[in-house]
Amino acid sequence: MGLFDFLKTKKNTASIAKERLRIIVAQERSHRGAPDYLPLLQRELLEVIRKYVSIDVDAVKVDLVKDGEHDVLDISVALPDERASAA
Amino acid sequence: MTEILVVTSGKGGVGKTTTSASIACGLARRGKKVAVIDFDVGLRNLDLIMGCERRVVYDFVNVTHGEASLKQALIKDKRFDTLFVLAASQTRDKDALTKEGVEKVLKDLADDGFDYVVCDSPAGIEKGAFLAMYFADQAIVVVNPEVSSVRDSDRILGLLDSKTRRAENGETLKANLLLTRYNPERVDGGEMLSIKDVEEVLGLKTIGVIPESGDVLNASNKGEPVILDMESNAGLAYDDAVARLLGEDKPMRFTTFEKKGFFSKLFGG
Repeated sequence: MGLFDFLKTKKNTASIAKERLRIIVAQERSHRGAPDYLPLLQRELLEVIRKYVSIDVDAVKVDLVKDGEHDVLDISVALPDERASAA
Repeated sequence: MTEILVVTSGKGGVGKTTTSASIACGLARRGKKVAVIDFDVGLRNLDLIMGCERRVVYDFVNVTHGEASLKQALIKDKRFDTLFVLAASQTRDKDALTKEGVEKVLKDLADDGFDYVVCDSPAGIEKGAFLAMYFADQAIVVVNPEVSSVRDSDRILGLLDSKTRRAENGETLKANLLLTRYNPERVDGGEMLSIKDVEEVLGLKTIGVIPESGDVLNASNKGEPVILDMESNAGLAYDDAVARLLGEDKPMRFTTFEKKGFFSKLFGG
């Protein structure tokens, strides 16, 4: 502590912490209660689809969504556009 | 009616045992009949914090295995007639405790007229932590204003919502936050998450905020829970938390930082 110390502005690391926590907590909560087989299912689906179409690792998304009384297994696959796959 | 409280956190070293000991003492000081149980099988420590480590003859596992009666294993506190400690076993067998065994002990304590049973959970999300929370009516989630502790607390909140008897029966389990090692000066400087930040991220209300204090280490050195030190801010903050637990409405203390004047800033303080 000394002369003119008060002029320094400290970086607000607490707000960085809060923002990071907000994101990771929301992400982890969305997976909470989901069955353990989802990651494996996602990987196997990816392998099967890859036999026919060349797709990215993150092109397959598997989620369990609540729809009223029912649980819906929501699988979405992003296919590459025509020109890219024509090669 | 016996109320079962679990003191839990996920992360280690945030102050679960310190909190369990202080909450148990605070409740007993207010005339409640209290048992505080160490669920950390293999790593017994509550006895040290409570100052009764040399009086442990039988432990929790001895009782569940029928090697001792509950009465023999409960260590009566020297300061309060209505406070009892049940020590963890030092066995290395992590599976020594079972759900049925724990249930039986809790039922016997209820039959014995205990008002509160405080379950001091081990860190982590293994069996000991699961058993400590399973039968709880209410939870105290101890959290440091720090990223890893907050994240782990959220994980624990998820388990409290799904892996407890109350959750399985479709009943609610009230969870409260208890912030420890809170440093108002660092919060003021934007270097530490504030009470509001932690409450917003976790979506829970705070039942107590314990300021960072050297008195906590002094208390554990002596084996006298810090709540007994009424000259310590940490002790007073724990007593406030106990009051809130019993339904009293108390404003938070020791959570704001008094800024220094211009001159002390200029010349160093």
